[in-house]
Amino acid sequence: MELAAFAFFALLALGSAIVVVGHRNPVYSTMSLVVALLATAGLFVLLGSPFLAVLQVLLYTGAIVVLFLFVIMLLNVGRERPAAGRGTMQTWVAGVGALVFFGAMARLIWESYGEAEAPRLTEEFVATRGLAELLFTTYLLPFEIIGLLLLVAVVAASWVARRPTPDEEEEAP
Amino acid sequence: MSALDLFWLVPALPLAGAAINGLLLRNSQKPLVTAVGVGLPGLSLLVALAALVEWSASVRPAAYEQVLWAWTAGPAAFDVGFRLDALSAVMLFVVTFVGFWIHVYSVGYMGHDAGYRRYFAYLNLFMGAMLLLILGNNYLVLFVGWEGVGLCSYLLIGYYFEEAFPPYAGKKAFIVNRIGDFGFLLGLFAIWSTWGTLHFGQLGEKILADPAVAHRPFALGLSTAAFIALFLFVGATGKSAQIPLFVWLPDAMAGPTPVSALIHAATMVTAGVYMVVRTNVIYQLAPEISTVVAVVGAATAIFAATIGIAQNDIKKVLAYSTVSQLGYMFLAAGVGAYKAAIFHLGTHAFFKACLFLGSGSVIHAMGGEQDIRKMGGLRKHLPATYATFAISTLAIAGIPGLAGFFSKDEILGATFLAHVPAARLLWGVGLLTAALTACYMSRLVFLTFFGDFRGSHEQEHHLHESPRVMTLPLWVLAVGAIVSGWIGIPSGMWEAFGAHDRDWLGHFLAPVVAVIPGHEAGEHHASQALELALIGASIAAAVVGIYLAARLWLRRGLEADASFAARAPRLQKLLEEKYRVDELYDRIVVRPIAKLARICWKVIDELVIDGGLNVAAFLTEITGDLGRFTTTGNVRNYALYFFAGVMLLLWWMVL
Amino acid sequence: MTVPVSWYLLLAAALFAIGVFGALTRRSGIAIFLSIELMLNAANLVLAAYARLLGERSGQMVVFFALAVAAAEAAVGLALFIAVFRLRKTIDIDRINLMRW
Repeated sequence: MELAAFAFFALLALGSAIVVVGHRNPVYSTMSLVVALLATAGLFVLLGSPFLAVLQVLLYTGAIVVLFLFVIMLLNVGRERPAAGRGTMQTWVAGVGALVFFGAMARLIWESYGEAEAPRLTEEFVATRGLAELLFTTYLLPFEIIGLLLLVAVVAASWVARRPTPDEEEEAP
Repeated sequence: MSALDLFWLVPALPLAGAAINGLLLRNSQKPLVTAVGVGLPGLSLLVALAALVEWSASVRPAAYEQVLWAWTAGPAAFDVGFRLDALSAVMLFVVTFVGFWIHVYSVGYMGHDAGYRRYFAYLNLFMGAMLLLILGNNYLVLFVGWEGVGLCSYLLIGYYFEEAFPPYAGKKAFIVNRIGDFGFLLGLFAIWSTWGTLHFGQLGEKILADPAVAHRPFALGLSTAAFIALFLFVGATGKSAQIPLFVWLPDAMAGPTPVSALIHAATMVTAGVYMVVRTNVIYQLAPEISTVVAVVGAATAIFAATIGIAQNDIKKVLAYSTVSQLGYMFLAAGVGAYKAAIFHLGTHAFFKACLFLGSGSVIHAMGGEQDIRKMGGLRKHLPATYATFAISTLAIAGIPGLAGFFSKDEILGATFLAHVPAARLLWGVGLLTAALTACYMSRLVFLTFFGDFRGSHEQEHHLHESPRVMTLPLWVLAVGAIVSGWIGIPSGMWEAFGAHDRDWLGHFLAPVVAVIPGHEAGEHHASQALELALIGASIAAAVVGIYLAARLWLRRGLEADASFAARAPRLQKLLEEKYRVDELYDRIVVRPIAKLARICWKVIDELVIDGGLNVAAFLTEITGDLGRFTTTGNVRNYALYFFAGVMLLLWWMVL
Repeated sequence: MTVPVSWYLLLAAALFAIGVFGALTRRSGIAIFLSIELMLNAANLVLAAYARLLGERSGQMVVFFALAVAAAEAAVGLALFIAVFRLRKTIDIDRINLMRW
């Protein structure tokens, strides 16, 4: 049963990832990303943290992807034109590189863990309560800092993307 | 405060004078410059005399030592100190007395010179250094003085530095001296490594305590004593202008004439003789090397004399004469007649200085002309100069009664009787040289002071006797040339005439000569007849020389030179060109070194070192030119590089 | 039968590789960004897998934080995009070559 779920989500994730990377239309890419993210959320559930799955859906798909779509609309990003001459070399090298990377990682993983089974999920492990306890005790400080980080990010993003004042317009090369 | 306590003032005063004149005063303050430049050496002379008197009355014959301070500490501990003993006493008197009068003379001679202040600063510096040399109580202080006089020689030879030749002559003197100094240093190292001290007194004691040490083999197949003796002598050949390192002295005549008198006649060049006599204990322990010294001395003496007879520059004749007379001194030292060497050093200082100053007077009168072919009949115009010059000439020629006769005869006598191989041959060479000396000096006198004037009309009008400030020193030195011989009339001569031995100088200097047990110098005592015969031979040589010169040059003047040139042109040319020794040295030493320097420059420096740097720079440049291409500005490329880097890192971490 | 942990890890590696390929290959800035998000996602997956493997919840904590940071980063990055777009009127990476020699 678990195997079937895993296979489903895995294939979904892989497929949509390929679409994200391959499709010319940015909106389609973004939508594929959503699918990929949802698949990952399912995998999170399988790995015993439903809380994370929910967070993933909320944050990523709910907020970040929306942001992406906003920007795409704002900038009126069109279909991507195929890369000019120089691009093919880059593509081949990147492809080979990615494959090499995957191969190396795969071998590493397989040699380290092989067919070892994952430990059984316990009720206690899955419960959100444990996570909450950790968050508000051991990881309290990082939690607060993350809040600060988000504040800073908001300020920064607002300022960077502001409408330029008239004299700044003239500065543009 | 006794004079002996103030002994350190003797070298310090001239050095102070050099500092004051060199650093503080200016040419516009000429009277002050003179007061300092002449006064301080004069004061030094007075202190020296007082010290001598006091020493003589108190601790003589023991040496008086005054240590100023400890220079170094540890295993190589040296002091700066002075030693007053019989040998340094004689040298002290000669240097300060003759030196002082030459300073006085310089006031007149250099009076109109633009560098008056500089001249006196250098001259005082020289006096200071020379006094350090002779008064030092160890070889190190001696060497400091040795180098110091070398420096001053360079500064003063190159005094007229605006002209091309004097600086060159100065460099030549310094470099040739340096070669000698190298040998000197090797000798010093050998002394120190064998006996662990450079102090004269301590060294003497250590050597005499165990003379066998000196006979141990040291290096180059020589015994310790022989090695030291040989290499110290190399230094002496440089400083005292013997074969092979004499070539700088004739060119040194480019300096002002009083400098030639002081440095290159009376004092600096005698430093080598002083050093050999100071080291006599080692020379006595190395008879082979002493013989070498004697042979070199004799060879130099006759060699220089033959050149002198063919020279036409008044100062050059005197320069070669100096080389020749120094040869006599080394001949004496080589056969063990140390007192004779010092005796001749003293008498020579007086008459040679007088001759040089006299020549300065002549040059001054001739408006700078130095060629004797343009002179003649000057005794009418320069009576005082002529008189003193003539007296000194008779002295150097060895006419009885005057100083040179006694000192030269003692040398010849000692040589004849010495226990060295070829002693008789050396005596013969010395005798022949004596005749030549009388001959060329008389030639100089006849061509300069007798006959008709051969110069131009303006020169004739300009002829005048020198002022008192210049003639007074001439007279003082001339008197010295007469009298200085009387204090050292050798014992042999007293005995020859059956009189009581009144060789005051000999007795005075006796403590300086080391007496080595088992090595007692065996001087024959000659029979009365032999002594008289030797004296007679010396006198005959002198008289023959003067007579020959009179026949040739008094009677015929310059024509004698011309006819000789006609009859033996090649010999004439050889002598005139001083045997082309300078040209020989140029070919075998100077040019190869210049070539080596050129190789170092063009090949090693420019090609290898600069080339290496240029290659490195070039490589950097092309690396940059090629590396430039990675900065495409294309972000995707950069991302790729990133990724590649990460991969490498991963690979490295995993493996 | 449970799924071996290595499969999760392999999947994550594959997702990551795909993301890398996309980040290096695409010309549109947005597409690159999306690829980067994919990579982040893959990393989160690894973290969660290890959390399960080791029974350690701190792995999940890190995912939590990574999520937050990813959000912040996306915000700022997109803001930058807008700024650059105003400057260059394009988000074609190949045209934004300010650092060219």
